[in-house]
Parts: sequence; structure tokens; C-alpha cells
Amino acid sequence: MAVAFDEMNGPGGEVRQAYQELSRWLSETPPEALTHRRQEAELLFRRIGITFAVYGDAEAQERLIPFDVIPRILSGREWALMELGLKQRVRALNMFLRDIYHGRDILRAGIIPDDLIFQNPVFRPEMNGQAVPHDVYVHIAGIDIVRVDDENFYVLEDNARTPSGVSYMLENREVMMRLFPDLFARHRIAPVERYADELLTALRSVAPAHSSSEPTVALMTPGVYNSAYYEHSFLADKLGVELVEGRDLVVKNDEVFMRTTEGLKRVDVIYRRVDDDFLDPLTFRPDSALGVPGLMSAYRAGNVTLANAVGTGIADDKAVYSYMPDIVKFYLGEEPILKNVPTWRCREPGDLAYVLDHLSELVVKEVHGSGGYGMLIGPAATKATIEAFRDKLKREPEGFIAKPTLALSTCPTCTDAGLAPRHVDLRPFVLTGRDRVTIVPGGLTRVALKEGSLVVNSSQGGGTKDTWILDE
Amino acid sequence: MLSRTAENLFWLARYVERAEYLARTIDATLRVTALPNTYSGQGNEWDSALLTAGVAGSFYNHYDEANEANVVEYLSFAPTNPSSIRNCIEAARLNARSVRTALTGEMWATINSAWIELQENWSKGAKTREQLTAFLRFVQETSLRFDGSAYRTMLRNDAYWFSRLGVHLERADNTARILDVKYHLLLPEQEHVGGPLDYYQWSSILRSVSALTAYHWVYRQTLKPWLIADLLILNDSLPRSLASCYGNLVRNLDQIGVAYGRQGPAQRHARGIRNRLEHSDMEDIFQRGVHEFIQEFLADNSRLGEIVAKQYLI
Amino acid sequence: MRLRISHTTTYRYEPAATGVIQVLRLTPGSHDGQYVADWQIDVSADTKLDMHHDAFGNVTHVLTIGATEDLTITAEGLIETNDTGGVMRGTDERFPPQLFLRSTDLTEPSPAMATFTREIGGAEGDAISFLHALMTRLNDHMTFDSDPTHSGTTAAEAFTLRRGVCQDYAHVFIACARAGGIPARFVSGHFLRADGEVHQQAGHAWAEAYVPSLGWVGFDPANAICSTDAHARVAIGLDYLGAAPVRGTRYGGGLETLTVAVKVDQAGRQFQSQ
Repeated sequence: MAVAFDEMNGPGGEVRQAYQELSRWLSETPPEALTHRRQEAELLFRRIGITFAVYGDAEAQERLIPFDVIPRILSGREWALMELGLKQRVRALNMFLRDIYHGRDILRAGIIPDDLIFQNPVFRPEMNGQAVPHDVYVHIAGIDIVRVDDENFYVLEDNARTPSGVSYMLENREVMMRLFPDLFARHRIAPVERYADELLTALRSVAPAHSSSEPTVALMTPGVYNSAYYEHSFLADKLGVELVEGRDLVVKNDEVFMRTTEGLKRVDVIYRRVDDDFLDPLTFRPDSALGVPGLMSAYRAGNVTLANAVGTGIADDKAVYSYMPDIVKFYLGEEPILKNVPTWRCREPGDLAYVLDHLSELVVKEVHGSGGYGMLIGPAATKATIEAFRDKLKREPEGFIAKPTLALSTCPTCTDAGLAPRHVDLRPFVLTGRDRVTIVPGGLTRVALKEGSLVVNSSQGGGTKDTWILDE
Repeated sequence: MLSRTAENLFWLARYVERAEYLARTIDATLRVTALPNTYSGQGNEWDSALLTAGVAGSFYNHYDEANEANVVEYLSFAPTNPSSIRNCIEAARLNARSVRTALTGEMWATINSAWIELQENWSKGAKTREQLTAFLRFVQETSLRFDGSAYRTMLRNDAYWFSRLGVHLERADNTARILDVKYHLLLPEQEHVGGPLDYYQWSSILRSVSALTAYHWVYRQTLKPWLIADLLILNDSLPRSLASCYGNLVRNLDQIGVAYGRQGPAQRHARGIRNRLEHSDMEDIFQRGVHEFIQEFLADNSRLGEIVAKQYLI
Repeated sequence: MRLRISHTTTYRYEPAATGVIQVLRLTPGSHDGQYVADWQIDVSADTKLDMHHDAFGNVTHVLTIGATEDLTITAEGLIETNDTGGVMRGTDERFPPQLFLRSTDLTEPSPAMATFTREIGGAEGDAISFLHALMTRLNDHMTFDSDPTHSGTTAAEAFTLRRGVCQDYAHVFIACARAGGIPARFVSGHFLRADGEVHQQAGHAWAEAYVPSLGWVGFDPANAICSTDAHARVAIGLDYLGAAPVRGTRYGGGLETLTVAVKVDQAGRQFQSQ
């Protein structure tokens, strides 16, 4: 593996442009001062109560995601290009979904094999022929991006279902502004705080055509035991909308209502953070207690908007991902601005043979997994792990894809031994409303806190950083 | 407001109030049992603590004997007792978490730090009397802080009123329960006894509703059973009396009714109970039977809970 | 054949339910082998039914009512059928056959079922012979018994029990056909019994499998026959859940008792002359 590109200290050891001021500040600031502010940050987060739950970890049912106080900085020029690429990609994702659940032109054109769609568990037959307001499927997308050198950014994966993490983007900025006013005074940093406003605008713009001019939006959560519950209540608060659970909603005559102390109140748009499978026990899993019986009928009748739409998982499927460049070209007739990471589809015999031969160099992921569980990081794995994975791959090749182990860029990060480079990625949040796509500048930078680790997932010991886009 | 939000606020307040009441009950019982037998009487005070907590039945599913160790454990820490203090605080925090956005930061901080303290300091229970006293003080202080922060920081809207409904409904229930278990001590025919034994029993009742000092201020007399009953039932200047609780319940329900532009069965039922309290005096009550009066009140009070739930919470 | 069908579902709620919502798939559609001459749904409560077509083309009605102690839903009408030897033509097809290779929780094959399928053999070659062999072998393997299974029993559970009702037979058939690489789907409907008994305790269920040279073909593994003019097809799905006559929820949960009465009879001459 090549030496990772460090975003502050460039290849020749020179401090890169965007980090000049930070670098100066760091050299002026005594290490104790930094330590002190780290502790303050920790206290602030604990007091606010930002927590997340880790599945299968009864001891630490609620934990703080570690926060690193050293910001991650991108230049305005870098961001401008990324923003264009993100908008292009999300537009294509929406067009792809509209097509897959209606005319299926892309299959007839032979660009994507049929079975990849029809036999894919995340393709929802129930959505077939279903009109969704303004043809928007993915209202909120979280696109994971990694950087490998000065020039190249790659999309690692698209999150088109219920991407999370945006509350950290907002809270990280709040905490940073409180702790480092001096540092902010020395930079021009694009603000992120209008995210909630943009989100509410987008959600209201996609209300069903015949709902009132003041559509009612609600945020639907699986409840307090969900790992992202903190984020759900945080966002509901920022949006000024009710935080509802399935049991708060009821369907009558194909309309959705919430139960209030003053009786039933109609809901037009549901920003739902509940997975498809659990949305409606009369359509999906009959044992779901988190959903709303009849919700899909109201949806089908066009009386409620679900954000994101049902069935968007087919757009962030890891097997479909490898076709993204073709998808962008097919629908937009443009070259993709953001690159895909080269991907081997194990379902194709040639690719599988290559992957089996190069397991120790590749990252192999389950097509339907998420959260970094059940993946193989070849270079870091023991022989036994690799062999066990080889068997799994041979048994079910269509369940996996493989990618090269990218040398993710690093950023200076506080460690017990002082500042040290740690690998990072970036998840910007792309909002799609009736007639515009918006992105607040930046996103959530996740950092792998363990030395050399490439796994940034919070469930696997990753942390977060504030992301600065310089306004130049 | 979402019905569930109102429900969570209501129960959050109830659980905090219940935790405090349990702490007071244990505290008062500890005092009586610390006295020599001649003062504390032959009756098992720990049994009556279980009765006033309403868990006497379930206790004996887990223990054979109602002694100090068992009862304190059961009322304070036992995971098997759904309304142990520990479980009340757990349940309060769970309700608070569900409605975080409807709480002020101060209220959340109070309940969240109580929960954290419970995990960190009290996960193994209290090993000594000293520890137990510290624990009971912690519980009472949590309740005071919570109540105070609600009073000082919440907007006066339906969220506040539903939370106050929870406080007063629970408080009325608790006061009535003590009266129900100890009513025999308050009967007029007991008056002639009037020995030291009764004094400590009576003061213990007052202590568990934090009214011992209040009694002296109100009546400027030595402890007399019918005055104790009068204070706890009819005196609406005592915050834990039934009359005061119902004055507040009627006011809170009226505020909700006005805000929503609609009165309902909950308002009517609460007014009915308050009117009965207003038009009673101790002589009537003793004549009809304190026990019967309290039994009827307990049934009426829990009926109000059901009506409120039906009208607003589900 | 002219089939007069009536399908009555009665719910009793003890204590009264505060609300009920149900999705009904009780309305048949027409195709080459089946013409729906007359059909209607009656509901005991005063409510409006919201009609949709689901993604598979089934007619669905959504029913929402307030507080109630009981609820009766009757679907009845007259269907003209003719025997097509099980071959389905003119059906409303909204997906390519290969969609019906998808497995579901209810139709996930167990290793024993995979072995059973392999032992029959020939699924890659002559699909129609394989499907007939599967139907016969399955009918031998299983004994009809309404006791041990329920609507949530999986194909694998029924296969191990070797017992079940028509729904279980259909699930096992579908799971095995898919395991053999043949698209298969669940059909709910009604069946005129050969023994003359017109009263039944439930509707009927069978399967359809896709044979490239013929299209969709109906297989009724519980009766070991291809679907005939005694079969009236109401709804299709990937499994029972997708084609269930009624899926519902009640609020204010007390006890619910459900009774189903189905009557399938050959219509008299007076109807034929109309």
C-alpha cells in the first residue's frame, strides 16, 4: 500500500495551502491548551447528551462518539468541484429509481443485468408503478467520499436509505465555535447551520399535490432504543416538527394522522428514519411493531410523502454501485464528475477469480451489509481470516464485491502521543426538493482513531471531526 | 401536542413523585423502627411500609420475611419490583428521553444526571445505614430539583399542565395510601391511648408526607389524630393534602380545557371529587368511616387517571 | 363452469376494538380462463372502502373503521371459468417472471428441501416434467392436516412436519421450484370440491410456476392437479403474505375471534340463461 496522502503536510512535507493558518495556530498553541480544550469538548458533548447505541453491546448502551478537535479543511475550489459532482450523482440516483420502478429503460438498454434488480432483496416490488410526488425518491442522500491524493476524490458508497450523522456535523461545528473562537476569527469558513432550514424547505416542497399550503411534516423514529435516536430528536427539534413513533400515527381512509391531545391531525410528509421492512405491517414484515398499519395504502393513494421513498435501497446497493458511472451517463448524458472506486463484482466469474487470487490486497464487502460488519480488509487480516472468507466467497460469490485498499488520506488528529495522522473520509448530505438540489458546504468527517486503521465507522471505534470549507 | 408526548410527560412526573414518596416512606419507617419496642409498637412497621407502597402482594413472591433488609432492598433497588425507586428513576428517564424536546435543558439534566448517578454509585444498592440515608437524600433531592426546574423553566402550556397532572395525581394517591394503611391509628376511639407509642406512629405519618413541621404551624397543638387526618385530607394549604392536590388538578385540567377550547369528562370528574372534599368535614368523614372514605377516594382518583388517559393520552 | 362463491369473515372483539384497519384481497380479476360476471364486497360497518391495485395487479380494498365489537366482511359473486389445463393467459403481468425467483421469509428453502429438489432432478431441462414430479412427490411427502400449522408457518417448518394445509403445500412447492431455478408464485382463491361439499372453512391456495414454452401454469399441490375450471383465482404474490385475503390490525387490543365461512357451488341453470 502506498504511503497515505496527508491533507495538512503534503507529499514533500510542505504545509498545504488550506492548512497554513491552522498549522501556524497549532505551532503557537501549547499542547496543554489543546488537551484542556479536548476535555472541555468532551464535557460539552456529554452534557448535550449526544450518544449513539452500539448493537450487541449491552454494557455501553449509550456512548459518545469520540470527537477530535483538529478540523479537517478543504479549499473552496476543491469543494466547488465536489459539490457539482454530488449534485450530478444524486440527480442520476433519483432518475435511476424512477426508471427502475416504472419503465425500466436501463434494463432494456442492457446496461444493468435484470437479475441484479429483480432478484435483489432491496428492490421493492411493492413500489412498482408507484408514483412519488415530484419524482423525488432520495430526498436526503449521504455520499461517502474518500481522497487519495491532491487531485482525486472517490465515492466510496452512496447512502440513499436513511443516512445518519448530520447531527454530528451540526453539533461539531457548535462545539468548535464555542471552544476555538480565535481559530474561527483567523479563517473564513462556510457555515453549516442552515441545514435544518434547507431540509425543512425540501421536505415541504415535496408534500402531496393536494395537501394544504402549510403541509405538516413529522419525523418518524423507531424509538428511544434506536442507535440514532439522539439524532432523530435533535433534528425534530431543529426542524420544529413532531418526533413521532409508529404508534403515534394512524391511517384512516387512506390518509395519515397523528394522535394529539386535541384529536387527530393530518400528516403530509413523513421524514422517516425507520427501515422499509418495518414501515407497514400490512405490507411488509407482519411482526413489525414500529410501523403504521396501512401507511403504504395511504402512500399508494398519493396522500402522504415518505422521505426517503420506499425502495431506495436499490440505489445504494453495493452491487449496483459499480454501475454508477454508467448510470450517470445513461440518464444525464454526462461524464461522471466524481469517480467510483474500481470495483470487482464477484458475481462475474472473471472478477471472482481475480479477487480470490488477490484477497490479501483487497477490501471485500458484503453487497447488503452496512456499518462495517462482515467485511474483509485483506492487508490487515490474518491468514486464517482470509481463508475463512475465501470459503464464504466461493459459496456465495454474488453476495460480495471487492475494492482495492485505497490509501485514504490522513489528517492530523489528537492522540495520546500528540498530533498524528489518521485516516479520514467525508459524508456530505445532499438534499433534493421539488426543483432543487442543495448541499450545505462540508459534511461529516469520520476519522479512524486507531493508528493505521481504515475503518471509520462509529460502531467500530471511529470518531468525527468538524469539516471546514474555506470561503475564498 | 402528540398524545404520546403528553403521556410521557405525565408519567415522567408521576415516577419522580413516586420515587420521592418511597424514599420518604423508608425514611419514616427507619425512624420508627429505630425506637425501642415500647415506642414502636408490636405491629411490623416494614409490613405497613410495603402496604403503603402498594407492593405487599408481590413482595412475598420474592421474600419470606418483611424485615428491614428485605423491604429496603425491595422498595429501593430490586429489579423485580416494577415500582422500586431504582425502576422509578429508570422509567422516568426513559420517558424523559422519549420527549427530550418537550423538556427544558434543566429538567433533562436533572433526570439524566440522577440516572447516571444511579448507575455509577448505587448499582450495588446500599450496604450500610449510612449509605442508605445518603441514597434516600439523593432521591428526595432529585425530586426537588426536578420539580423546581419544571416550575422555574417550563413554558406554561399544555406540556407543563400534563406534567403537573402527573405530579398531583400521584401525590394524591400516595397520601391516600398512607391514610388507608394507618387509618386505624387515627380513629377517635384510639384517642384515649395517647401514649408515647401513638406519638411516634403519628409523627411517622406526618414525616412520610413531610408535614410534621407544618402540623405545628397550622394547629399549634400536640399531635391529635383527627387533626392529622384533617391536615392530610382537607387542609388545602398543605401541598400533599388531598384537597390541595385536587385544587391543583382541577386548575390544571381547566387550563388544558381552555387552551384546547373544550371541556370533557376529565374536567367534570375532577371537579366532582374536589367538590366532595370541599363539602366534607372531619366529623362527617369519621361518621361515615375514614376507611370507606379513603377507599372511595382511591378508586375515584385512579378513575381520574383512566379518564385523563382516554381523553388526552391515547 | 359457473362458480357461485361467497366468502364471509367475521371478527368479534372482546372488549370492543377502538379501531380496525384491514387490507383486503378478496376481489378476483378476469383472464382467459376466468371471467368475473358479478362480484361485490359487503362490510357490516358503515365505512367507505378505498380501492387500489397493488404492485402485482391484485385488487385491494382498504377498510378503516372506528370502535366496534364485531365486523363481518362478505365477498361474493359469480365467476365463469374454463379449463385451460392450468395454463394462464391474459393475466395482468407487471413483472418479468424472474422476479418470482426471489425468496421470502415464508418460502426460504431448508437444506432438506434443497436435497428433495435435487433428488427429483431435471429442473434445468424439462421444466414441466420437473414441476409435475415435484407436485406428485410433494403430495406424497405431506399429509393434509389443519392442526399443526398456522398462517405464519414457513415452508421449511411445514416440510419438516410433513403436515399442513393448502397454503403450506403451496409454500413448499414454491420454495422447491425456486430452488430448482424456476420462477414460482403463490395464488389465493377458491376451489370447487369434487366431492360435492360446498361449505369450506377457508379459501384455497395453490401455486403458479413459469415454464418458458407455456407461460405461467397453475399447480395445486394439495390436490395434486394442475389448476382447472374448478379453481377461481383471486390474488397472487411472492408468498401468502402478498396474496392474503385479509391483513389487518386492531387497536385497543382485547381478544379477537375470527371465523371464516366459504361457500363454493356450481351456479344453477337460471343464471346461465341470463
